[in-house]
Amino acid sequence: MSLLEIHEPGETPLPHAGEGTLAVGIDLGTTNSVVAIAREGKPMALHAAGGKALVPSVVAYPSAGGVLVGDEARLSMVEEPRNAVASIKRLMGRGAADLHTVAGVLPYEIEPGTGETDMVKLRIGGKARSPVEISAEILKALRARAEVALEKPVERAVITVPAYFDDAARTATRDAARVAGLEVLRLVNEPTAAALAYGLDKGSEGLYAVYDLGGGTFDFSLLRLEKGVFQVLATGGDTALGGDDFDRAIAEGLFAERKRDGLTDRVDESGVKAALALARQMKEQLSDREQTSGRLELFGKPSFHTLTRTAFDAMISDYAQRTIAIARQVLADAGMTPQEVHGVVLVGGSTRVPLVRLAVEQMIGKPPLTDIDPDEVVALGAALQAEALTGGSDTLLLDVTPLSLGLETMGGLVEKIVPRNTPIPAQLAQEFTTYQEGQDAMAIHIVQGEREMVDDCRSLARFELSGIPPMTAGAARIRITFAVDADGLLTVSAEERTTGIAQRIEVKPSYGLSHDDMADMLYDSLDNAEADMTRRLLAEARVEAQRNLLALEAALDKDGGLLSSEERAALDAARARVEAAIAGEERDEINAAAEALEALSKPFAERRMDRGIREALSGLSMTDLQERVGE
Amino acid sequence: MDHFARLGLPVALELEPAVLDKTYFALQRQWHPDRFVAKPAEERARASIEAAALNDAYRTLKDPLARAFYLAGLRGVDLPGDGKTIDDPELLMEAMEAREELHEASTIEAVNGLAAKARSDMQEALAELANLFLRDDKPALRKALLRLRYLDKFAEEARARRANLERLKA
Repeated sequence: MSLLEIHEPGETPLPHAGEGTLAVGIDLGTTNSVVAIAREGKPMALHAAGGKALVPSVVAYPSAGGVLVGDEARLSMVEEPRNAVASIKRLMGRGAADLHTVAGVLPYEIEPGTGETDMVKLRIGGKARSPVEISAEILKALRARAEVALEKPVERAVITVPAYFDDAARTATRDAARVAGLEVLRLVNEPTAAALAYGLDKGSEGLYAVYDLGGGTFDFSLLRLEKGVFQVLATGGDTALGGDDFDRAIAEGLFAERKRDGLTDRVDESGVKAALALARQMKEQLSDREQTSGRLELFGKPSFHTLTRTAFDAMISDYAQRTIAIARQVLADAGMTPQEVHGVVLVGGSTRVPLVRLAVEQMIGKPPLTDIDPDEVVALGAALQAEALTGGSDTLLLDVTPLSLGLETMGGLVEKIVPRNTPIPAQLAQEFTTYQEGQDAMAIHIVQGEREMVDDCRSLARFELSGIPPMTAGAARIRITFAVDADGLLTVSAEERTTGIAQRIEVKPSYGLSHDDMADMLYDSLDNAEADMTRRLLAEARVEAQRNLLALEAALDKDGGLLSSEERAALDAARARVEAAIAGEERDEINAAAEALEALSKPFAERRMDRGIREALSGLSMTDLQERVGE
Repeated sequence: MDHFARLGLPVALELEPAVLDKTYFALQRQWHPDRFVAKPAEERARASIEAAALNDAYRTLKDPLARAFYLAGLRGVDLPGDGKTIDDPELLMEAMEAREELHEASTIEAVNGLAAKARSDMQEALAELANLFLRDDKPALRKALLRLRYLDKFAEEARARRANLERLKA
């Protein structure tokens, strides 16, 4: 699917479409996901029956068939680690070069040939699967949970994304929702959603910061809260920085200790997964303990490890400092000092790490706000926004673009068209000209990022504006317009102004999904739906035909004498055809055979009816008859 | 429609930030795409364009320097695009000397001093702008605005330099 979104009239949902169905808020997290609903401004996370709100963002494709999501998938990782995948969010809209290894091994098996110029795919359970379809499984599970909890169909959702997600990752998220059969009302930035939940709950006003450190992403946003307006002033982050990095640091340590102790340093994908699982457990225990220990067994060789809080803090100190540097930059972007911040809201499970809390507190000079569960606050905010979008509300969310958007110009330089922290929706244009005599085409390369050189930015798309009338160099006036919608998605159009040749071109983004991939995935789910329907209709036809056959057999046993031998032979042939059809797979043939049999048996049925009436009437007086009729 | 008209504000250099925010929020309440989620496609498209235009107007008028440039453009002052070389020899000399000083500043205090001077120069030049607009002195406006743009860039460079020095210290 492309990031360069063109709204075609046929594609937009009808007004009031889906009214009556509920709209939920979904936090599709790296480690855990949560679905929530808001009613009359009161949000609540939806729990599994008797369970918790968090759904581990783990998907498994067991060799026995089917798909598992959440706790079940996580459990199945022990049995079949190669058939399960965690932290898929880190791969949304990403190429192979964006992946991180542990002990030189990836906790994923990459489908060969993917991720070089397109989105990486994983090989799981012997099949290539894209991050979009894996994420769609998580969304389907959340949707099912919501439908069970609310006892109503759920077809619309507000889905949160890290504020710092780029265009490819946002598009991938929206595509995953489509595959899961959800209409995305809005993609809302996670820190903004958290502020919404926090601000509405507490009625806060003033300048607030949201420090959001999840499993795989970091966001820092600065917002002004004022009488129902949530105005994002600046945002920044890193989409590859989170608690997963802490786990990886611990896991690297575990492998180093094994090596030091002379155990085999052989490592494979399953070993990495086991080490990461232990690392996560140790990390979580260090949130309220000074020391923890654990046992790791690989290739039948166990090892025992202890980890102190101090040692752990040293491992992750660089990561914590990186988040603080980003936060300072965001404050500088907004022209604010830490002292001006009224409060900082902590979001994401990784903010439970004591060192992280301490770093935030030291920067802002105030204890951070943790009133709302940091794991649920984003989903609660998304639910509030879902209610606001479908039911109307006085709150106003004014968000910004996290990354600058621009074009490649001469010499590989970037010309920024939409600077970062521009309020969205935004529509900004700039004019360019030709640099060669008689130049009739212009290559347009769209990039996202803060660096000056194209090579240091993320390439989003390329297209060519052709059909420029030949003119002297510098005479053509080509206006290029960047439009960023309220979901943070980009549309680019180009127009030659002296002749008015306009082009709005949809372009395949680098690291995005191709149209074919997306179409395949949609058709897959449609195909499945169709196959399911076909199977059901076939079963129904068989049952119906079988029932008629049995009724006919019973009638023949009783009244077979009413038929001539020719008639009987014809009927038997028709019965045999129905039986053969039932054994087959063709619903049409079953129906055709059944109809033929019914037509052929009609005279027999009529004769039976006549005889039945005669028998019933024989020997009865007029009075008896009247009494019978009156019964 | 110019940015001032779009926000229902008088065309002026002076603008009370609180007034700008108030009118902007009120108009966004009316036009933000979040209000049009269930509306037909044409209405949604219209709202998106209106909201984008409001954002552009707000962003331009919110920043005093961007506002001054925009107003000068409305008044017909001929201004070179951003990033063009300085064509005023006097300003060129000032810029070169200041850059050299910044380059040589090796302490955070020294950088802070240079940044503070740039800021006070900016305040002074901004205050002077009102008079120039009043007199409609286009050549002087052009000169003053280009100097302001340079001072703004210099303040930004000083911030980056200070951040670097702080990192080195830490």
